[in-house]
Amino acid sequence: MKYLDEFRNPDLAQTILSRIRSLTTRPWVIMEICGGQTHSIIRNGIDQILPEEIELVHGPGCPVCVTPLETIDKAIAIAGRPDVIFTSFGDMLRVPGSHKDLLMVKSEGGDVRTVYSPLEALQIARENPHKEVVFFAVGFETTAPGNAMAIHRAQQEGLTNFSELVSHVLVPPAMEALLSSPHNRVQAYLAAGHVCTIMGWEEYEPIARKYQVPIIPTGFEPVDILEGIYLAVRQLETGRHEVENQYARSVRREGNRPAQELVARVYEIAPRKWRGIGEIPASGLRIRDAYAAFDAEKKFFVDDIQVQEPETCISGVILQGLKKPPQCPAFGKECTPQTPLGATMVSSEGACAAYYRYQRLAPETV
Amino acid sequence: MTDFPETLSCPVPILDHDTVQLAHGAGGRLSAQLIEKLFLPRFGNDTLNRLEDQATLTLPSGRVSFSTDTYVVDPIFFPGGNIGELAVNGTVNDIAMNGATPLFLSVGFVLEEGLPLETLHRILVSMEAAAKRAGVQIVTGDTKVVNKGTCDQLYINTSGIGVVPEGVHLSAARCEPGDQVLLSGTIADHGMAVLTSRKGLSFQSRVHSDTAALNHLVEALLEVCPRIHALRDPTRGGVATTLNELAAASRVGIQLRGDSIPVKPDVRGACEILGIDPLYVANEGKLVAVVPGSEAEAVLTAMRSRPEAREAQIIGEVVSDHPGTVTMTTGLGGRRIVDMPIGEQLPRIC
Repeated sequence: MKYLDEFRNPDLAQTILSRIRSLTTRPWVIMEICGGQTHSIIRNGIDQILPEEIELVHGPGCPVCVTPLETIDKAIAIAGRPDVIFTSFGDMLRVPGSHKDLLMVKSEGGDVRTVYSPLEALQIARENPHKEVVFFAVGFETTAPGNAMAIHRAQQEGLTNFSELVSHVLVPPAMEALLSSPHNRVQAYLAAGHVCTIMGWEEYEPIARKYQVPIIPTGFEPVDILEGIYLAVRQLETGRHEVENQYARSVRREGNRPAQELVARVYEIAPRKWRGIGEIPASGLRIRDAYAAFDAEKKFFVDDIQVQEPETCISGVILQGLKKPPQCPAFGKECTPQTPLGATMVSSEGACAAYYRYQRLAPETV
Repeated sequence: MTDFPETLSCPVPILDHDTVQLAHGAGGRLSAQLIEKLFLPRFGNDTLNRLEDQATLTLPSGRVSFSTDTYVVDPIFFPGGNIGELAVNGTVNDIAMNGATPLFLSVGFVLEEGLPLETLHRILVSMEAAAKRAGVQIVTGDTKVVNKGTCDQLYINTSGIGVVPEGVHLSAARCEPGDQVLLSGTIADHGMAVLTSRKGLSFQSRVHSDTAALNHLVEALLEVCPRIHALRDPTRGGVATTLNELAAASRVGIQLRGDSIPVKPDVRGACEILGIDPLYVANEGKLVAVVPGSEAEAVLTAMRSRPEAREAQIIGEVVSDHPGTVTMTTGLGGRRIVDMPIGEQLPRIC
């Protein structure tokens, strides 16, 4: 399949791997930001074939994992209303709230539907004028333009029965929060290629300079990731710290300007809670007052729901790259994908779920 | 496959109604009309035509295999098939996976009031064709009609009986280290055909269900290698689930070669777009065979000589390491676990 097979080519991967080996002289810690990259690394066993000096730590870039418990509880409260059709991307449905998940709301009679695009939710709103249709707008900068487009179109069409429960998060503030932590171990970042496709990489340049870390916008296939690691190691070994684009087939420096403008028109930057990490200033998006009629939190009066995260789970430490999933005492015991204690075990993008699914065997038998 | 010529050659019989009425399931005149005009012309045979409350059968000697399954697929017509032929092929395959020769089926319908009789007729025509291809007779049946809104168009239950030939002993618990694991063709065709034809997915695909009866393939394989250890059709949960079940039942490990599992390009594309792993997607016309290593090549050749298994591959081997666990070597030389799925596969956000 074009654009996939080339980037999964084992021979090419081995060539890049041997270049990484010949370049590496000392230990380096590299964080891949995005859960999609974590999934690809573990699924393809990339962490097993790298030189042992290179440690990959898994970043907070899984939108399902970082959506705070209280947002899930808000979604559950809205989805349970008889006048509501609640729409969401599939992988949010199984994330446990304080007492249940959205699939349980569905089994109790709630109208909860999986959609593949916010515009599909908009279509459901057009077809069901007597129902309130709510879309669970979760994600990083990648999904924000589509979600903004849905609200923009709803306003243009005068659709009054559509709204979004927004829990959008932004990557650069989280990167800075991790780098400025006294426990930080990260020496270079693989930035998320699809986020950079929308946002470009201008906003990463001050971070690379301030914290002296190489930042490599990187794709998701094995060859992409290995090339991203190669570029990061090459900078680290030569003392450079720049933004260097691996994902050139998709990412331009300025990003996708029309998409950025649409996002800025509908949403504004706001503080946002991250599950397992806490509130990070200016790290999320919320709906602007001009579009308040499409804000489900205001429409259904759930903006006062507040929930404390349980303390049993170390997903916050995992999301900051300070520990690996198997280092958690609950991993694979009390905490499995069937009985997740934290969101990193729920989403298939989550670091704990990726380890559980693909690398549960003891290292000596793998 | 649902062939239009079959439908065209069998015009819908003229009945008092165009749609299913509650009275069609009430046992009176309309029930009799449904049986005589729709069911018997399609399924009729000496046993069924007697219209007794039961089928009385004479079976060849040997051990009897008996299986049942209920079909609720949505949508009822999908690219490459429909709920009717799925119901025939599915139960035929469940029986055949024990090495048995499927002989007789029962068919139970739950019909939603208001279902167009033309729709029912199309489904019956394809069931007739599927039964003919598999060489089985439908010998008893039942029809119930439920109020509109209490079922989704129609559900079908089929049960079947087959006889196991002498000397054939297949079981999920018989896999042994050194055995080779064979797969009869491309995976994920059925599940992706159904998923991509559901309302709400805005891309068009050329993905077709692989629904097919596998009993003739099984006969051919047993002829070449009567000592096959295990056969399974990887339906719900896909190949990954089937292999995990085999590994658990036999207390062995299974080691797959990641690059050896065939997936059609369109199916792969649909899976990539939706973020779904084809290893976990349902198949309705494929089987996994676990055979002694020394006979793997002969079985593979036998598979590939048949139209239902042209793209068969050896996909891995049974090992004594990591009992109960399925692993896969990756193209890059790493290794990973292929786990049981947790719940339904859900498309990812990004």
